Amino acid sequence: MAEKLTLEVVSPYGLVLKEEVDEVVATGSEGEFGVLPGHVPLVTTLKIGMLVCKKGGTVSYVFVNSGYAEVNEDRVLILADSAERAEDIDVERAKNAMKRAEERLRKQEEIDFARAQAALDRAIIRVQLAEKKGHQKAL
Amino acid sequence: MATLRDIKRRITSIKSTSKITRAMKMVSAAKLRRAQDRMFALRPYSDKMREILLSLAQPGDQDRHPLLKVRPRKTVEVLILTSDKGLCGAFNTNVLKAGESLVRDLRTEGFEVTISTIGRKAKDYFKRRNTPIRQIWTGLSGKISYTSAQEIAVDLMDKYIDETFDELYLIYNEFKSVASQKVIKMRLLPLGEVEHKEEEEMKDFLFEPAEEEIFNRLLPKSVEIQIYRTMLESRVSEEAARMTAMENATKSAEDMIDRLTLEYNKARQATITRELMDIVGGAEAIKD
Repeated sequence: MAEKLTLEVVSPYGLVLKEEVDEVVATGSEGEFGVLPGHVPLVTTLKIGMLVCKKGGTVSYVFVNSGYAEVNEDRVLILADSAERAEDIDVERAKNAMKRAEERLRKQEEIDFARAQAALDRAIIRVQLAEKKGHQKAL
Repeated sequence: MATLRDIKRRITSIKSTSKITRAMKMVSAAKLRRAQDRMFALRPYSDKMREILLSLAQPGDQDRHPLLKVRPRKTVEVLILTSDKGLCGAFNTNVLKAGESLVRDLRTEGFEVTISTIGRKAKDYFKRRNTPIRQIWTGLSGKISYTSAQEIAVDLMDKYIDETFDELYLIYNEFKSVASQKVIKMRLLPLGEVEHKEEEEMKDFLFEPAEEEIFNRLLPKSVEIQIYRTMLESRVSEEAARMTAMENATKSAEDMIDRLTLEYNKARQATITRELMDIVGGAEAIKD
């Protein structure tokens, strides 16, 4: 049985990440799921959320803006609409986006509710991830 | 014969033109590189997407999704991709010619044809000929993004599903190399059967949510990706064509400057000779 997982994250904007990891936790559309080496083959959709990659003692995070995951015994393939590593997140931009989205939702005008909600979700998770990264540094 | 002043003026004017064409060539080279990077960045995604689609594919897929279903064709949509700006050689002419001949062929075969265009050049072309256009997208070439491709793809898929047209062709320039771009005609819809590779063993995948749902979501996505790829392809070709065109223009300008300089020198020489003759002639006259 494979000892490690090869994690690949690709988006239309390029290869985001390719790494050997021990464990991956992803946000599927039906809930979070963890993958260890030797997982049964699985295809699933992902919603806006984070990807947690554990490797040795370290944990790293990737923001995933919905997509698909294909899991094989020793390989996890993430096809994301867009994705970025936690350290690449632009916190200011995410915070501004969060404010804008909240305002739009509050006003309840003629808006595309689902779109505004998705924008808000994206922003919240980006900010969360960015903070996690800060937390890690403090440790 | 042109006077010295005239020639000189022309030389200066051509020199400044060549400065502009040289600058444009350099700008295009930079833009080409950027667009090319994005085209290459998309490749792993579209490859992997295919992998997943293949692992979902089953024989007799046609009935599983309207995008796969081949309907008897009555109306055919032709989507033509051009640039927004000119000065890129035969780039637009080629693609427009190919598009128009396809439209003509389809019409003589008795099909209804609707035309949609991406890029200002295609819009202007058909407007000038009073050809009705179903849908126009312009102002994208500088900022092609996945989102803009998505919008276009969604419109096309909607119109396909509500049977505005039964088949969709794309006409665009494919990037072969900086020196050559090829006009390609591609049928995008219906997608038809997902081809199977026989030798590939089918894995038993778990699906979450149900297989059908994933499949149904993945298909439109693959159309979006195709459109995005085509737009990038066309964009890269545009810059490549412009670069070549500007390179040629710069070279012709240089040739012309050389020729004019020669002419200028000859004319100058002639004037000097004439003046000398005058002087000599005058001196001879005094001597006598």
